[in-house]
Amino acid sequence: MTATTIETQPQPAGAGSPLLEVDSLALQLPVDGEYRPILRGVSFTLAAGEALGLVGESGSGKSMTVRAIDRILPPRARLEGTIRFDGQTVADLSGAALKKYRGEVAMVFQDPRAHINPVRRVGDFMTEVLRTNLGVKPKAAAERAVEMLARVGIPDGARRLDQYPHELSGGLLQRVMIASALLTEPRLLLADEPTTALDVTTQAEIMAILDDLRRDFQLAVLFITHDLDLASAVCNRTAVMYAGEIVEVRQSSLLHTDPLHPYTSALGAARPDISESAHRLQAIAGRPLSALEAPPDACAFAARCQHHEDVCDSSHPDLVAIDGGLTRCVRADDLRGRLGVSHD
Amino acid sequence: MTEPSHTTPSSGAPSDAVLAVRNLRKDFGEVTAVDDVSFTVPRGGSLGIVGESGSGKTTVAKMIVGLERPTSGEIYAAGHDRSKPARGGAERRRRGREVQIVFQDPYSSLDPRQPIAAMLDEVLRLHHEMSQADRRARVVELIDLVGLDERQGQALPRALSGGQRQRAAIARALAAQPEVIILDESVAALDVSIQAQILNLLADVRDDVGVSFVLISHDLAVVRQLTEEVVVMRNGRIVESGTTTSVLDDPQEAYTKRLRASVPGPGWSIDQVREAASLATD
Repeated sequence: MTATTIETQPQPAGAGSPLLEVDSLALQLPVDGEYRPILRGVSFTLAAGEALGLVGESGSGKSMTVRAIDRILPPRARLEGTIRFDGQTVADLSGAALKKYRGEVAMVFQDPRAHINPVRRVGDFMTEVLRTNLGVKPKAAAERAVEMLARVGIPDGARRLDQYPHELSGGLLQRVMIASALLTEPRLLLADEPTTALDVTTQAEIMAILDDLRRDFQLAVLFITHDLDLASAVCNRTAVMYAGEIVEVRQSSLLHTDPLHPYTSALGAARPDISESAHRLQAIAGRPLSALEAPPDACAFAARCQHHEDVCDSSHPDLVAIDGGLTRCVRADDLRGRLGVSHD
Repeated sequence: MTEPSHTTPSSGAPSDAVLAVRNLRKDFGEVTAVDDVSFTVPRGGSLGIVGESGSGKTTVAKMIVGLERPTSGEIYAAGHDRSKPARGGAERRRRGREVQIVFQDPYSSLDPRQPIAAMLDEVLRLHHEMSQADRRARVVELIDLVGLDERQGQALPRALSGGQRQRAAIARALAAQPEVIILDESVAALDVSIQAQILNLLADVRDDVGVSFVLISHDLAVVRQLTEEVVVMRNGRIVESGTTTSVLDDPQEAYTKRLRASVPGPGWSIDQVREAASLATD
């Protein structure tokens, strides 16, 4: 194995210590009266101005990771490990410090309609935090909302503030959600499948807006998606999750040509290619496992892996550094340079 | 299909087409959801209908299966006119043997109280004169064809995963032995690894039983995988049509170009997104 340290990930120029540090996060939830694992040893860092993709299929734990960071876990959740934001341990925050944290960490969800009150006007929704938490006067709050709407490509903001959510299209409403998330001047944006419910042209617009905002505000963006192609297009680095743990962290531009984990490679190959027809896709056998189904003493992906060998069933692999990225595969050394995605 | 044809004869069923739609229109009050849509699907061929929300693609699918009544225009499936509501049960059942549909959400399109095998048996009883023993054998065959095992065949939908439910929905469509299956975003809600399995299954089914597909989808890569011909819809109208390869590799219309450029893929970058977002749409 070439690299030996964990901190080999490229950081954007000028970045000091990471804004967000997630260290050995383990989450358990009660399932049928018994605590079962949901997240297993999730660690990553995110710097100001950086976009990190968190990619995985259903049950991989990507959304729970974000909920843990946002401190919106279900009741009775058991959380181990540490989340540090700007050097402070998030679990210790309370009172004014917690309120400040909530202002500095904003979240955008997949379905904007599920997160906005349908009987209140857009302006009322957008300015609420400014008015009630930060004591901004209504008129000034509305002006800031209009300003922010312009930043996300809504030029007639004043008119939009008077409208109700049902009068706005899905794409427009998601822009409103992003604009309101940014009104408290957050430093970290958690985006949980923000474009999954949108049309592909609208998705492109929203992603371009998020990218602009990241640059302009030096915003750290944690972008959750099931779409490996989308993550690799818009994020500096991408972390791939499977069965409640991170199995690969890689510079996004290398995810297709030189992935480090067989799951990443298989995921890339399973997607139909828009520029090439194939008679059959390279499907991955079986279905994605959740953490609570995963064997504790083996590789969780082993049963579906085409590079599977006996060694994969006998020990649980660690996340190791190799070729400038991280991978959780005991065969990582053998497979170096052999996992590039081809649709042939 | 070569052109979204205004050139086909104005009445009668084209003999080589398993499905033909001509000058189809649907108004909802003041709004025209589908406007002058024409296409044909050759026997054994597959057509993709691509478009975004509000393009009218799902309304076209609903009119073909009889869930919406066209304001005007003609729909022929297997040589039979189906632009008017069916007269009586026999005609409705015949239409069911011509065209079946698989929806996006297998959670809501299966009866939660009926095991998969019983559901398939019911379809067979409705559509085919078969002995109980023949039906039982056919149910086993269908369950096997879509890659479910015997235990899953006896299970209720809630005991199955999303991918398994979609397999069951495909088996139900196949049970009627239709000539056309409409796939309305049928793989859109599935995980990538499961989506690939279902797409392969659909390709196999087509090779095995020669059924035609009409794939309604916003996902251009999925359309490429499963269809030979494609129509691109926008605001209720067809804006471009042709072979799937030519439309995706060399789109002519600004809107198709924009759609194509918006799809992320290897080598795609945020700058391409910007370009796609700023491309003129009209």
